[in-house]
Amino acid sequence: MLLKKLSLAVATALVFASPVFAAPSAAQVSQHYANLVEANYQDVLTRVKALQTAVDTFVAAPSAEGLEQAKQAWLAAREPYGQTEAFRFYAGPIDDAKGPEGQINAWPLDESYIDYVKGNSKAGIINKPNVAITKQKLASLNEKGGEENVSTGFHAIEFLLWGQDFNKEGPGNRSYTDFVDGQAPNADRRRTYLKTVTELLVDDVQYLVEAWQPNAKNYRARFEKDPQAVRKMLVGMGVLSRAELAGERMEVALASRDQEDEHSCFSDNTHRDIVTNAEGIRNVWLGQYKRIDGTDIKGPSLQELVQASNPQAAEKLSRDLEATLAAVNAIQAPFDREIAETEGRRRVQKAVQLLRKQSDSMVEAAKAIGIQRLNVKG
Amino acid sequence: MKMRRLGWLLAGLSLSGIGVAAGQWLATPGEELSGGETTVHEVGQNAFSLPFANLRGERRTDFAVGNSFFKKNWVQAPASTTARDGLGPHFIARSCSACHALDGRGAPPVDLGEQPMALLIRLSIPGTPSKQAGVVPEPTYGDQFNNDAVDGVKPEGKVAIHYQEISGQFADGERYALRKPTYQLTELGYGSLHPDTMLSPRIAPQVIGLGLLEAIVEKDILKKADPDDRDSDGISGRPNWVWDAPSQKTVLGRFGWKANTGSVAHQTAGAFLGDIGITNKWNPQEACTAKQDDCVAAPSGGKPEISDDLLRKVVFYSQTLAPPARRDVTSPQVLRGKQLFNEMKCATCHTPSYRTGALKGLPEAAFQTIHPYTDLLLHDMGEGLADGRPDFQASGREWKTPPLWGIGLFSDVNGHTFYLHDGRARNLSEAILWHGGEAEAAKQRFVQAKKAERDALLAFLNSL
Repeated sequence: MLLKKLSLAVATALVFASPVFAAPSAAQVSQHYANLVEANYQDVLTRVKALQTAVDTFVAAPSAEGLEQAKQAWLAAREPYGQTEAFRFYAGPIDDAKGPEGQINAWPLDESYIDYVKGNSKAGIINKPNVAITKQKLASLNEKGGEENVSTGFHAIEFLLWGQDFNKEGPGNRSYTDFVDGQAPNADRRRTYLKTVTELLVDDVQYLVEAWQPNAKNYRARFEKDPQAVRKMLVGMGVLSRAELAGERMEVALASRDQEDEHSCFSDNTHRDIVTNAEGIRNVWLGQYKRIDGTDIKGPSLQELVQASNPQAAEKLSRDLEATLAAVNAIQAPFDREIAETEGRRRVQKAVQLLRKQSDSMVEAAKAIGIQRLNVKG
Repeated sequence: MKMRRLGWLLAGLSLSGIGVAAGQWLATPGEELSGGETTVHEVGQNAFSLPFANLRGERRTDFAVGNSFFKKNWVQAPASTTARDGLGPHFIARSCSACHALDGRGAPPVDLGEQPMALLIRLSIPGTPSKQAGVVPEPTYGDQFNNDAVDGVKPEGKVAIHYQEISGQFADGERYALRKPTYQLTELGYGSLHPDTMLSPRIAPQVIGLGLLEAIVEKDILKKADPDDRDSDGISGRPNWVWDAPSQKTVLGRFGWKANTGSVAHQTAGAFLGDIGITNKWNPQEACTAKQDDCVAAPSGGKPEISDDLLRKVVFYSQTLAPPARRDVTSPQVLRGKQLFNEMKCATCHTPSYRTGALKGLPEAAFQTIHPYTDLLLHDMGEGLADGRPDFQASGREWKTPPLWGIGLFSDVNGHTFYLHDGRARNLSEAILWHGGEAEAAKQRFVQAKKAERDALLAFLNSL
């Protein structure tokens, strides 16, 4: 009896004396990640539905105010969407063989594939009356005969709302009259196109939400049992960090100085794309996500998992992620002017360097939990 | 000596964890690394789109910029987007990726009413070609048929493809069907073709590992050539010798279905002009002929239409796309297939491995042990596959052994399984059955083989 009480006392003392938290298991980390992913996609769905409402209102009675509302709704939808890009690159629901990523976010796009452009007033699907404007048709035309033949998704909508950007100081400036019968050729088809691609976008995001819902026979169910789940989480973070964000989205733009190489070139919203991408990466690391309604998602994280094996590697990556966030937030809008000016280029280049640095830290962090060959292509 | 070698073999086996069964072929440690240190481990749609695994730092940036221009749609001049105008006046596609989708293998149109894009038609007439051209162009239409054009210019015409089914059976009675395509050029925009016009269909091949092929040591290729079949094995591989604009001399051909180009730079610059109509450093003139007034008069997108720097980056990109690792190298069926690949003598022309040498400007490709499965030589493949059109030293019956790396991933990357120079083979079995000429004997071994053996061979090929 005494021995038992004594050992209980000792045990209790040890618990309170020790500052070490119990590390989460890999399964707990991946299960919490699934929660986070679902919440993020849910927020995207809420915002794209709001975009759809604004688009439908605009299309029913085009006006300058209506166009402005639709643009604001588009910008608002991009905030949660940019964060979800950290869930790509491991053939999850977004980008497996039938994943909708190309249909949702393909860029750059050849404007003349969709609509008229400066110098070619008859260009595009909109100006070809024999091409039916339906969800199926536009989906089948997406990326047909070339990766820039984009007909659907966020950037098709962006092009329709803003038009081509000829202005270094600001975004595209398409007039709402492009959508008014009698004021522009094929205004009716332009309205139908805008409405249709928005509906398709809502469908595609709905599909993603369903794939990540709990208690269903879906990808999430398999993911939560997948021994490779943690590796996948890291691949998403790493490839977005090095190959896609630093590489495709920033280095290419710096090298070519071409306005076409800017992610959201019509709306000049690229600076937000960069920040939300960087946030998305940090969200996965910390297992934290701030919902659009302000609530915080928190739970067992990769950071805790790595910290239990190698606190220095975990600390380093955490610091690198914060440094990157500071640097991307320092990039000034509009991005196409930023890449054209010396100081702006310095700011972008600094962010690129920090993204590369954090990718290296990710490789180290991965090793700490037994993942030897994390390929971030960086 | 023997004991030491045996010891090494056993050590190697224990490292790879393969048990030794009598007569059983074994996986060699590292054989799944098709591109040596450049190899990436990827399947799915992006399997062909990743850079050499050993590419670092600024060179990854160059890769990304090259990739961006590989995908870019070119637009007709004049346009406000001056960096990418200059499409045409005659063209077959608006971007590299239109045909080499996701850096992979093109396909002939599935719907016969559709114009081919990823399948181009080369043209020429008999005669003595110049040292630079290697062919005598058709006088009105040039050396390539362009079925599309910018506004205000007539396309050269349309391509009509017809297939004829040929049936046969394996020795065990299982039936198979092959489809033989014939091509007609219709709705000609500029009048009749020369009566002796020769045409050759060419599908867009996968773009992986090209820098590695460039780094194979020339003498390692030439030592396998045996034009007079001195060793009487029925195989008489020959090198093609072709003009290379970047180095301004005649070099060993390595790229293209008839090995008609000797460097990735020459190939890329030629494709920019021939397929998209983009003038460049090594092809400064548009391909319009004197009889094509509207083409000659059409506006230009600059001189040249793609800058030297961007061309260089697209070339670099094309050189540094990584071969993906093989899959299932230790599966017993794949190993049995590997054994058969060797016993049936497929490996005589589809040479499995090389150690590359140094290549100027591409240290990542140097001194790598690679497994492309090609001797890069020309072989007479028989009447069935012949196009009847010579190209530099290649005769109308010869084709270069294509590299087999990546063939098991065409369905992942491009959603199809069309093989051979014109995509006529609908699966690997058909591709083998088309082998004739020097390869007839090997093909017959396939026809005679038992079903389980044929399946094993196909499993091996699908692991590449």
